[in-house]
Amino acid sequence: MALLNVDQLSVTFGGRGRKDSIAVDGVSFTVDQGQVVGLVGESGCGKSVTSLALMGLLPEKGVKVGGRVEFDGQDLLTISRRKLRDMRGSQLAMIFQDPLSSLNPVIPIGIQVTEILQRHRGLKGEAARKEAADLLDRVGIPDPRRRLKEYPHQLSGGMRQRALIAMAVACAPRLLIADEPTTALDVTIQAQILELLKELVDQEGTALLMITHDLGVVAGICDEVNVLYAGRAVESAGRRELFAAPTHPYAHGLLGSIPRLDAPRGEPLRPIRGSINDKIAWADGCAFAPRCDYYTMECLTGTPELTEPRTAGHQVRCVNPVLPKAEVSA
Amino acid sequence: MTTLTKRADKIDRLAELTQQTESTSGASLWREALRRLRNSKMAIIGAVVIGLFVVMAIVGPWVAPYSPTAQTWRGEVFANQGKFVGMRGENWFGLDHLGRDLFSRMLVGARQTLLVGVVSMLIGLVIGAVVGILSGAAATLGGKVGQRIDTVIMRITDLMLSLPSLLLAVSVAAVMGQSLTTVMIAVGVVQIPVFARLLRGSMLAQGGADYVLAAKALGIRKKRIVLTQILPNSLSPVIVQATLSLATAIIEAAALSYLGLGNPDPAIPEWGVMLSQAQRFFDNEPMMAAYPAVGIIITALGFTLLGEAMREALDPKLRG
Repeated sequence: MALLNVDQLSVTFGGRGRKDSIAVDGVSFTVDQGQVVGLVGESGCGKSVTSLALMGLLPEKGVKVGGRVEFDGQDLLTISRRKLRDMRGSQLAMIFQDPLSSLNPVIPIGIQVTEILQRHRGLKGEAARKEAADLLDRVGIPDPRRRLKEYPHQLSGGMRQRALIAMAVACAPRLLIADEPTTALDVTIQAQILELLKELVDQEGTALLMITHDLGVVAGICDEVNVLYAGRAVESAGRRELFAAPTHPYAHGLLGSIPRLDAPRGEPLRPIRGSINDKIAWADGCAFAPRCDYYTMECLTGTPELTEPRTAGHQVRCVNPVLPKAEVSA
Repeated sequence: MTTLTKRADKIDRLAELTQQTESTSGASLWREALRRLRNSKMAIIGAVVIGLFVVMAIVGPWVAPYSPTAQTWRGEVFANQGKFVGMRGENWFGLDHLGRDLFSRMLVGARQTLLVGVVSMLIGLVIGAVVGILSGAAATLGGKVGQRIDTVIMRITDLMLSLPSLLLAVSVAAVMGQSLTTVMIAVGVVQIPVFARLLRGSMLAQGGADYVLAAKALGIRKKRIVLTQILPNSLSPVIVQATLSLATAIIEAAALSYLGLGNPDPAIPEWGVMLSQAQRFFDNEPMMAAYPAVGIIITALGFTLLGEAMREALDPKLRG
């Protein structure tokens, strides 16, 4: 039994008089201890909504959440709000995209870190300050005693993200959700932050759910990858499997669209045409069909199911999967 | 040998230089704002005007050349015959209708004016802030019940806001009778909905901020989120409004006095009361009204200038 078991999670936004919009439509995946699982997709594919749903941070009004989210045997969707609040920060923690806006601008870093230690571990005064300094030290912030007194705007971007990670891991959570933790950082800092997250996973056995649109991040850190499109997983595989043989046309297109240094000069970039707005309802067929190079009539009749066309554990939601040329001719 | 010592020198020098750069720890937001205030002409002018006014309010009674209430020159002024005494060496601002020295009355009256302004602003600020915090906290984190509480509170403040402020103050003053406390309370009550709405709106805006979501994700309790996350970030517009409110409070207190609802005690001169008394003789001696009027205008202007400068200094969009 995995630590986190997400089964047919769905999130629907609706309001009085407005048409319901389905943000997440039956997503299932598991995360084990010491494992890094990626949720990949472009803006609007439902990856951030999934993470907020797991944490119970979606607004109560106008949102319907369905399915099961089992964490250590408890269903996070039906658990009492008080219990969930106690679990947040201690068992589950989250790192957000923009480190500057995720830190309170008018309060020194130290108070923000000790606040969590006080809340979940009952540490106070000097004991809390010492632990906070140790935490900052552990995430690689030099001179932590001085940093504790500083305000978020005095830290560099990488340092802020480190501080946020320190806050998230303050109580040794068992599951860490990272929602695009490197998007707002430059490339060298990105590598450092990924390295830090990897260390945490390796040393503490933390389960990490990595939400990103950056395939470089996926290649660098994830063990398992779920590619989302329009609220559904379209491909789910191990990292090596996915990069070696992307099978869903969307995943294939995503990998194909990465600019390559070894490509000849003047070679045009190959984007996936259209945008995520060009989609059809999953009930009518494959949501990706309008942008797909391989679609047939079959794609427009009924929802495609997740199948394993090639190897076990490599699931693809497509009736016309992209197969390597050798296999096609065979 | 020489190269080695040279290298050692170089390293020492480098260490020295790196030590120096170590002390560049910056300032907090408030210190940053203060630094920007010091660079703003508007803020300096406003602060100087307010400073002069406060000094006048403190030392006024001691430096006033004559008693503000003694009708020393009663024999020279005949108000009903239109005979007044204007500026002269003995009485710099001339005499009022009862033969009292206007300059002394202005000096002594400053204290009363400042007191009315500050106290009524504080009444509005404190009560308004409490109401605003309640409403803002209920709306952002209270769920459905909280939103209902917020709606009720806000409709009540809307009701208060929809009344013309002077009318509201006059009603309060009329109910409570004529006294100095009445003026302060009446003017303070007018400010309550302003502060409440402002703080609530500011808290609502902060309630959706990323760091509030991050705090929630870390399991911080709602009460603490309100007190340590949302509230401190919502205060800057309120502080600005407090400065601006001082100006309106002084003007409104003057208006109440002018309408005859002010302090009835003639022993304590107050600019608003002086203005109100001067209007009867405006045809013959306009200067008698001009002194308190100009005093009120300049003071209000000082507070407004400082308030506007603070608004700019605290604006996060201009933070560099």
